[in-house]
Amino acid sequence: MLLEIKDLHAGIEGREILKGLTLNVNRGEVHAIMGPNGSGKSTLAKVLAGHPGYEVISGEVLFEGKNLLELDPDERARSGVFLAFQYPVEVPGVSNSQFLRLAYNEKMKHLGEEELDPLEFNDYLKEKAKVVEMDSSFFKRSVNEGFSGGEKKRNEILQMAVLEPKLAILDETDSGLDIDALRIVAGGVNKLRDSEKAIILVTHYQRLLNYITPDFVHVLANGKIVKQGGKELALELEEKGYDWVKAAGK
Amino acid sequence: MNSQAGKETIYTKDFLASLENANQPEWLKNLRSEAFEYFTENGFPTPRNEEWKYTNVAAIGNEDFRIAQSSDFTPEKIAPFVFNESKESVLVFSNGSFDRNLSNLDAIKDATVLSFSAAASDEKFGEIFKAKLGSLVDFEKNGFTALNAAFIGEGVFLFIPKNAKIESPVQFLFVSDEGKAAFPRVLVVAESFAEATIIETFVRADETKYLTDAVIEVSLADEAKIKHYRVQRESHEAFHVGASGTEVARGSVYDATNITLGARLSRHDIDFKFNSEGGEAFVDGLYLISEDQHHDTHSVIDHRLPNCTSHQTYKGIIDGKARAVFNGKILVRENASGTDGYQSNKNLLLSNDARVDTKPQLEIFNDDVKCAHGATVGQLEEEELFYLLSRGLNESLARNLLTYGFAEEIVNKIEIESIKKQLDEAVLNRLNANLEA
Repeated sequence: MLLEIKDLHAGIEGREILKGLTLNVNRGEVHAIMGPNGSGKSTLAKVLAGHPGYEVISGEVLFEGKNLLELDPDERARSGVFLAFQYPVEVPGVSNSQFLRLAYNEKMKHLGEEELDPLEFNDYLKEKAKVVEMDSSFFKRSVNEGFSGGEKKRNEILQMAVLEPKLAILDETDSGLDIDALRIVAGGVNKLRDSEKAIILVTHYQRLLNYITPDFVHVLANGKIVKQGGKELALELEEKGYDWVKAAGK
Repeated sequence: MNSQAGKETIYTKDFLASLENANQPEWLKNLRSEAFEYFTENGFPTPRNEEWKYTNVAAIGNEDFRIAQSSDFTPEKIAPFVFNESKESVLVFSNGSFDRNLSNLDAIKDATVLSFSAAASDEKFGEIFKAKLGSLVDFEKNGFTALNAAFIGEGVFLFIPKNAKIESPVQFLFVSDEGKAAFPRVLVVAESFAEATIIETFVRADETKYLTDAVIEVSLADEAKIKHYRVQRESHEAFHVGASGTEVARGSVYDATNITLGARLSRHDIDFKFNSEGGEAFVDGLYLISEDQHHDTHSVIDHRLPNCTSHQTYKGIIDGKARAVFNGKILVRENASGTDGYQSNKNLLLSNDARVDTKPQLEIFNDDVKCAHGATVGQLEEEELFYLLSRGLNESLARNLLTYGFAEEIVNKIEIESIKKQLDEAVLNRLNANLEA
């Protein structure tokens, strides 16, 4: 088991949002977490990544059998947890390639493996950038600064490609994307999908799942998983809307 | 001597000796005596003076700094401070006095460099030297400008004639010994269509206590273009007080970047004025201080005439228990229609004990102007920090990168690679990884 979430209660500013969430994720699996606004999808993503604004009230999260919740966000990242942000942050003055090399080398250091110098890293980055059809003009630009919405999301997937996480959580990665950008981003995720990695797709709409086929679909309502199924469950949600599951969460 | 009748100060003996030994014309000796008289009457400013409200210089008055009679700095000791870009255009001041032996003027062609004593008695330049010296920084501004004027000795007069362009950046390098009071002074006169880059660098030879009380005056005639960098990295024990006075004329462009990294207590006064219509100025800066450092920038940009444009972007990064003061005034006088003035001061506090007092001011006496100003004080955004942490960067690295990003606007405008590199290192000083890519 890669990730085990057991009866997780968590919230923000004293407000409980996740109210007893349980989820198991194995290597190689793609899980879609769907749900209406306010159901706790993004809270789950942020709690797993260790956002300091969120508070875990009770429950347990094991990653490779170890307590994930006691690790700082950077330790989680170096251990192989990756969160693709819904709203990626701009970092002026630091180029994409500098930033990615720093992050990559931090991980290598953690693993006790050899770090890459700028030239070596540049070759590595060029290969990875193909995954999201990015050309090298993006490398010199400051991280996310002046990027369009679609470029930011592609950049998130590029980071995922570079850092090769064991568990990638994609928080509303499809939001705000036009159809071309969605195709590129989803294509990138599909290329990165393999038997060693697990992916959690957090999304409101079924649209993304037309491009990335999940193994499991979980419906979140009012802080709990209220329905689980295969990819066909997403289609059912698309058809019926969320109202019929919302009641179940109450 | 009048000053003998005034109050005794710790500088009186040194002043009298230096005046007596000076080989200077009468007008200059008189100017010095008047300035010293002003100092003995008024002393250093106190926080009762509104302009010095947040910067208490009592500690300087309590020290027994002496005027150096000589110095034993060697070329080897100076070499690390000379920028690569200025190896053959460097003017060294040791303990406040121009030291020709440590300087290299080979690349300063088409311009004239004179020590003050040579300038004062020079047949060709004597008149303009007399007319400009003290015209842009009034000795009666405060006790520090007065004391600097009182100790006018071997300063440097840089004259750039009409149409001349100095290709190499001219570096003024100031270095001092422990326990000394240094009063360096520079006068730059750029005639019409002249172009040059000047760099003032205040460096620390050793981590010792001393006082630098510096004045620079820069005069631009029509269509002249001067880039002016000022990098203050004095010893963290030292006191630094500097005044920069500038005038620009029609079509001339003055672009200043003032970097403050050093000194325990530092103050920089900027007096900038447009002397004809249609001039343009950039007066930017970055102060980056930590521990118990104190820095104060006071700037006045005086729009006296129509159709001039000024831009001012100052950024501050304050860590530890450091304290910064920014006071920037844009003055638009009655007949200065068509003025375009922009001023911004943004501060980043890196610790809970860091503090900044910022006061941007617009004083506008004309309706036909375009002016904007603003100031901010903030900390690193939690969301930005989390983003970097979530990529596996450790916290100090993440903080440094975001701090670097904050300073980037100023760092990026610097065209001298050596200065940029020093700043990169200063901003990222705790960053182990190097940023080459």
